[in-house]
Amino acid sequence: MANVSTIIKREYSTRVKKKSFIIMTVLTPLIFVALFLVPILIMGNEDREFKKIAVIEDGSDLFRGVIKDRDDADFVYLENADVNKLKTTFEEAGYYGILYISPVVTNVPQAVQLISKKQPPLDLLQHIEGALEQDIENKKLLAYDIEDLSTILKSVQTDVSVQTIRIDDAGQTKETSTGISMALAYIGALLMYMIVLLFGVQVMRGVFEEKNNRIVEVIISSVKPVELMMGKIIGIALVGLTQFSIWIILTFAILTVVQSKVLPDNPQEISKQISQSVMSQVPDSQDSEMAQQTIELSAQEQEFAKIFNNLMNVNWPLILISFFIYFIFGYLLYASVFAAIGSAVDTDSDTQQFMFPVMLPIILGLFVAIGTMQNPESSLSFWFSMIPFTSPIVMMARLPFEVPTWEVVVSVAVLIATFVGFVYLAAKIYRIGILMYGKKVTYKEMWKWIKYKG
Amino acid sequence: MSLLQTKNVVKQYRNHLALDNLSMTVPKQSIYGLLGPNGAGKTTLLRIINQITAPDSGTVVLDGHKITRNDLHSIGYLPEERGLYKKMKVGEQALYLARLKGLSKQQALEKLKSWFTRLEIIDWWDKKVEELSKGMQQKVQFVTTVLHEPKLLIFDEPFSGFDPINASILKNEILNLRDKGATVIFSTHNMGSVEEMCDHITLIDRAKSILQGSVERIRGEWAANEYDVVFRGEADIKTNSHYEVLKSTRDNGKSTIRLKTGGELDINNIIRDMTDKGQVISFNPALPSMNEIFIRVVEANKNN
Repeated sequence: MANVSTIIKREYSTRVKKKSFIIMTVLTPLIFVALFLVPILIMGNEDREFKKIAVIEDGSDLFRGVIKDRDDADFVYLENADVNKLKTTFEEAGYYGILYISPVVTNVPQAVQLISKKQPPLDLLQHIEGALEQDIENKKLLAYDIEDLSTILKSVQTDVSVQTIRIDDAGQTKETSTGISMALAYIGALLMYMIVLLFGVQVMRGVFEEKNNRIVEVIISSVKPVELMMGKIIGIALVGLTQFSIWIILTFAILTVVQSKVLPDNPQEISKQISQSVMSQVPDSQDSEMAQQTIELSAQEQEFAKIFNNLMNVNWPLILISFFIYFIFGYLLYASVFAAIGSAVDTDSDTQQFMFPVMLPIILGLFVAIGTMQNPESSLSFWFSMIPFTSPIVMMARLPFEVPTWEVVVSVAVLIATFVGFVYLAAKIYRIGILMYGKKVTYKEMWKWIKYKG
Repeated sequence: MSLLQTKNVVKQYRNHLALDNLSMTVPKQSIYGLLGPNGAGKTTLLRIINQITAPDSGTVVLDGHKITRNDLHSIGYLPEERGLYKKMKVGEQALYLARLKGLSKQQALEKLKSWFTRLEIIDWWDKKVEELSKGMQQKVQFVTTVLHEPKLLIFDEPFSGFDPINASILKNEILNLRDKGATVIFSTHNMGSVEEMCDHITLIDRAKSILQGSVERIRGEWAANEYDVVFRGEADIKTNSHYEVLKSTRDNGKSTIRLKTGGELDINNIIRDMTDKGQVISFNPALPSMNEIFIRVVEANKNN
């Protein structure tokens, strides 16, 4: 045992001290946060500079004053101006751009042009489009000459948003979000896939390196081959756990810092407000207007609060503990197979023929996991979450949709049993393989090694 | 007193017999040579002693008891296929290997520093292995093999790949360790080093031991009544009824003549005869080199 811990220490410290490890560990959460935040930041940090926009109509006077000024934009209606002339001088005249509206706009949507030097922000375009559309729609409706049109229009305005509520066996209800479950399923399955592959392949490389360096015989004259193999597998697992813990902590730390600056102050507060206002909306329709106002916090804030609320409803302990267990045993299972491959081959290119059958269940698992997100209750998902080589990935995709405990227990038990069996077989191949040079190994040959005694 | 004994060791691989009933006895504090052509089974035997492979039958006895894994700490093994982690620092790596042999960090550090200083590689302590020349890497490997002061040292082809200077340093270190009490087994193709260093040998060919014993005795047995006579100046020696002239060479004003005598003959008569013919500088039995013996024995075995 002392030997194994010495080996684990070496495997761990040489890897953790590598530059590539340090860079990967620090950079990955930054990339992750960036992926998450950049779209939000872009939206929030759009060009807020004040813009004066000249509105020119070609020969008609239909849209005067239709486009309302905003905080960041004034729309100046110019009568009888020449577009072509203004095109060259609008900047000197202090305009950001020219909005040119052709009279055919009622039938041809492309008849409106915004001419500017810079790319105009998306929401400005939406503002213009919305105003024009609304106005043209109204004008068209007015043309039908319907009585009380404005009252009718107001009363028919509706907004529907489906709330998904799950009832468990005990009759407790819980608001859930299919979107969040899907996201979690996707992240969980993909992470599991990445970890198994990333660190499993590291084990294979490590074993292969030792064999190729010819140091392996020196070491196994001091320790048992199986001790060397397990030391390496465990050492790399610890490297993986270290990296992941740092990733999680860093990601949360960065997110917390950024969140306080970019996102709404107190999502919990908001979500409480919303649920209260939704309640009050029901009994009395007169209050509904007030409720409406409360809800109009801003669409973005609402959405965020809802996501937050649903996130709180996810069974985090189950998912995190399961992730940990599936990571450990899924990794150990694959790592032992990868170790056997690394020991059996002589050259890098020889690994290919053995990699394929190992990759197959991993990739299959990922495909089934993606299918699971669409249909978590399918029997395909069920069976693949029981089969040990795919269960770590597929079960991670099923868990956010809530899985009966017995299924998780059985799946984990099968996984552990398979892992024990495979470590035994892998150790037998490993023991012979590491000393076998200059020979192209076949499956038949490996099977013989497994049967060797002593 | 023997330190190590192998008794009727048999190892069968799928397509061939690697060791066939091999027994040998290695006396304490001696240097034991394991000779034989490629693929004869030498490495397999060394691996069995190191418990890297298990024999199908037969036993290995160390210091009077059947060898176990606990004995690995009193064995130092330098395999034929040897290397180091290329990206690891020299000192760190030597320390790691020493720890695996059961030394405490403190012990290992002290010993390593003194060995590294002696072999003039201490300046490379913090360098990565890949920056070292091959000779220096071999020195590092040698140090890690002997560092824990094992009572049994096993070297598989220790001189292969060594330049003459490093080879002679290594030879001296091995002799030194023997003098301090270690028992050494090494396998080699280098017959020169066998004559120079080995006290006993076993010659393995096609899984069997075909020649065993002390180097001195074996060479004596193969001597076959041949003598080298060296004269100052010239001498006119011709084959006669008492002896046969096998060859005659002359250089630097000396003539060397190899005689083969007819067998049970009084050597004194021949020496007298020689002194009559010229000025004799030396008269020696012509011992065959281990190389000759090796080739002859293996050839003979092939014809069986």
